Amino acid sequence: MCGIVGIINTDGSLIDGDAIKEAIRIQNERGNGLGGGFAVYGAYPEHRDKYAFHIMYEGDRTSPAIPRVEEFLRTRANVYQSEQIPVYPNRRIPSGPHMKRYFLKPLEEFLAPEQTEEDYVIDIVMTINAMEGVFVVSSGKNLGVFKGMGFPEDIGDYFRIEDYKGYMWTAHNRFPTNTQGWWGGAHPFTILDKAVVHNGEITSYGANARWLEMFGYYCLLRTDTEVISYIYDKLSRRDGLGEEDACSVMAPPLWDDIDRTGNEKMRYLRQIYGSSIVNGPFGIVLTHSDGAIVLNDRNKLRPVVCAQAGATFFASSEECSIRLLSPEVDRIWSPRGGEPVIVHLDREGAPGVTS
Amino acid sequence: MSVMKRNWNSIPEFYPRFDLELCDYRNGCNECARECTFGEISLQPVKGDDGVLSYRPRANHEACNACQRCVKMCPQKAITIIHQPMHSSHHYWTAEQIGNIWRQAKSEGGVLLTGSGATGPQRRYFDHILFDACQVTNPSIDPLREPMEIRRYLGSKPDHYGGDMGPQLRLDVPIMFGAMSFGALNLRVHEAEAIATHAEGTFWNTGEGGFHEKLRGYGANTIVQVASGRFGVSEDYLKSAAAVEIKIGQGAKPGIGGHLPGEKVFEGVSRTRMIPEGSDALSPAPHHDIYSIEDLRQLIFAIKEATDYRVPVSVKISAVHNVAPIVSGVARAGADIIAIDGFRGGTGATPLQIRQNTGIPIELAISAADMRLKEEGIRDRVSLVASGGIQSSADVLKAICLGADAVYVATAVLIALGCNMCQRCFTGMCPYGITTNRPGLAERIDVDEAAQALKNLLSAWAEEIKELMGSMGISAIEALRGNRDRLRGVALNTEELNILGIRHAGA
Repeated sequence: MCGIVGIINTDGSLIDGDAIKEAIRIQNERGNGLGGGFAVYGAYPEHRDKYAFHIMYEGDRTSPAIPRVEEFLRTRANVYQSEQIPVYPNRRIPSGPHMKRYFLKPLEEFLAPEQTEEDYVIDIVMTINAMEGVFVVSSGKNLGVFKGMGFPEDIGDYFRIEDYKGYMWTAHNRFPTNTQGWWGGAHPFTILDKAVVHNGEITSYGANARWLEMFGYYCLLRTDTEVISYIYDKLSRRDGLGEEDACSVMAPPLWDDIDRTGNEKMRYLRQIYGSSIVNGPFGIVLTHSDGAIVLNDRNKLRPVVCAQAGATFFASSEECSIRLLSPEVDRIWSPRGGEPVIVHLDREGAPGVTS
Repeated sequence: MSVMKRNWNSIPEFYPRFDLELCDYRNGCNECARECTFGEISLQPVKGDDGVLSYRPRANHEACNACQRCVKMCPQKAITIIHQPMHSSHHYWTAEQIGNIWRQAKSEGGVLLTGSGATGPQRRYFDHILFDACQVTNPSIDPLREPMEIRRYLGSKPDHYGGDMGPQLRLDVPIMFGAMSFGALNLRVHEAEAIATHAEGTFWNTGEGGFHEKLRGYGANTIVQVASGRFGVSEDYLKSAAAVEIKIGQGAKPGIGGHLPGEKVFEGVSRTRMIPEGSDALSPAPHHDIYSIEDLRQLIFAIKEATDYRVPVSVKISAVHNVAPIVSGVARAGADIIAIDGFRGGTGATPLQIRQNTGIPIELAISAADMRLKEEGIRDRVSLVASGGIQSSADVLKAICLGADAVYVATAVLIALGCNMCQRCFTGMCPYGITTNRPGLAERIDVDEAAQALKNLLSAWAEEIKELMGSMGISAIEALRGNRDRLRGVALNTEELNILGIRHAGA
């Protein structure tokens, strides 16, 4: 059991982290203090063209991983700025691993033939994750992820997320059930600009993780959720699938329905992407720089509620968080199992939500 | 006075004992003698107190294989098979080894032949692997209430959207019937396999003995084989089926060919195999046009050309030491499906020493092959079929978790038809009418009953697979392929765990 909340201002207006901290706080019943975290899109407008790497070093500022990672980064990218992420230890979270962030651009001359810049960045992430005592928390442009061991509101205080502003926020309250709670195991899980908060347990993990390795994604964070962000990156960015198709790969329609409707494209997708089916109970909010996707497992074994109030879209494990954020809403509903809710930012006055 | 020569090394390890109180011989019953195909039971004339002559059954102590046919067919339930130890028990020199040497020392000598799969004491890894189940943190799924999908598609697939899809076999259950030839089996058994796989939405495999004209209507559920003997192979044959399988090897006899004795080559077998009646059908050990991987590639593409690229081409190999690189090579040579047959796989006839000592277990082989294909990034290019010693639905699902897309079962098919595992298939005297074409014996198979038994087997295993999946919280079987996280090992060493890719129980 876990709790999730998402706030998406489809008009791009910015809000600070206070609201979501309160919204996830009232779901404390869904967590146990072993993990909380936030993703904020739009956090670094002055560096919007650079990859913002949040990196977690186990231990303190003397961690031997720090010079190793920084040396590695310097050989792979132009690092425009590197700094310690400000933290504010408090009674509930007196300390944590050493956190740094780097704004960088890859060195183009190092790209392999036909390798995209994004794939190159993924290689950097995977290489660092494979090192001892260090993990990449987030690597997207204009994206910041703040997470750790504790209740989410305490993690929010630790990073003082009210100091950040963004057009899209997600939050997570963890009740770990399949792996130990640890700082790197808190949600959101990210790759590039994709971030996932997840309530559930992915029973297909073994099939997913080994399949992903074929494409250079290595699951090293000791928990199941990271496969979702990698699968979605592979499907959407590498293979060019639209959001709906990507969702019907992860939570596919039944073969009987494919037979009945004669949807041959769907049959093809399910045939070739069998190993990226996500099985087991889940409710997720998957965010990327242009919007968000809310998805439940096919059997709807986890709660997710969606709502819309003006230009703002909400998703939450529980309605109470939404009502806290916006007592009055235009529309509130529970999406059906396996049927995605897709939210687009209103870049040019286009409507936001499809479900 | 001549010394009576005693046959000290005859091997009547079993013999039937008749309860003459129960036996109905006085009323002329001779069912047991008619049922016994090995000549173990003879009828001895006896005169009763009333002076009436009747024929009483008697064990010959020569040929009993403990097939239990007489026991099962005796109307009076008057027969027991006695196991007679022929030597003192010894931990090192087992009954089997002693018997083998006696047998070879006797005039029958030569290479020991046997049927079915390896019986040795090697570890059965399936028994050391346990499934996970849902508790508290995620709900199990009840297959009677929620959809539970076990459909598989076999064939080459692209690893990205937009790539070309090869021809696919749709399996409504992830279980196919493995190759067993016409000749080794009779037409009735083939017909039952065809009917059952058609009804349950899966495939049966003709083996290397051709595809009988009578069954061509079942082509959509049939995989035809091209083996080193090329029996029955023609353009029509290749085009008659849903897939073509090139047989390189077989788990029960890796590295050697096949031999259907002339005694089993009756008229129908002769026509279907395209060889003269009564002639031995010899399959050479290698294909004489395949001496290396590039030759296999040519044969794969020759078959694809002949079938207009409309059906998948499978390559069946036995599980041997280098199975992983071999599988990689075969995948790159253009196979759409690779069937790996473990050393427990059965056969109609094989040299005993090959059966017992050559090849590796399917559990290790399928896992190694799956991992290698993933390491090389070509896992989706082929489907993997595991076979060789699969005994239950749980074995099927464990094989899938270790990387198989589907399985072949064959010995289980025979058992479902009554086989008692007496391992005398090569004699052509199968008392259950399965591995024989002898008139009068083959009729012991009733096609409709046999087909129903096979349908029952497939649907029972399908239900059990769904139950196992539901308990693990899995609703679509593709989420289990290669999903070793749902398995744990018990009493396995680190090396074994690494090869299987699983963790030890408790970890």
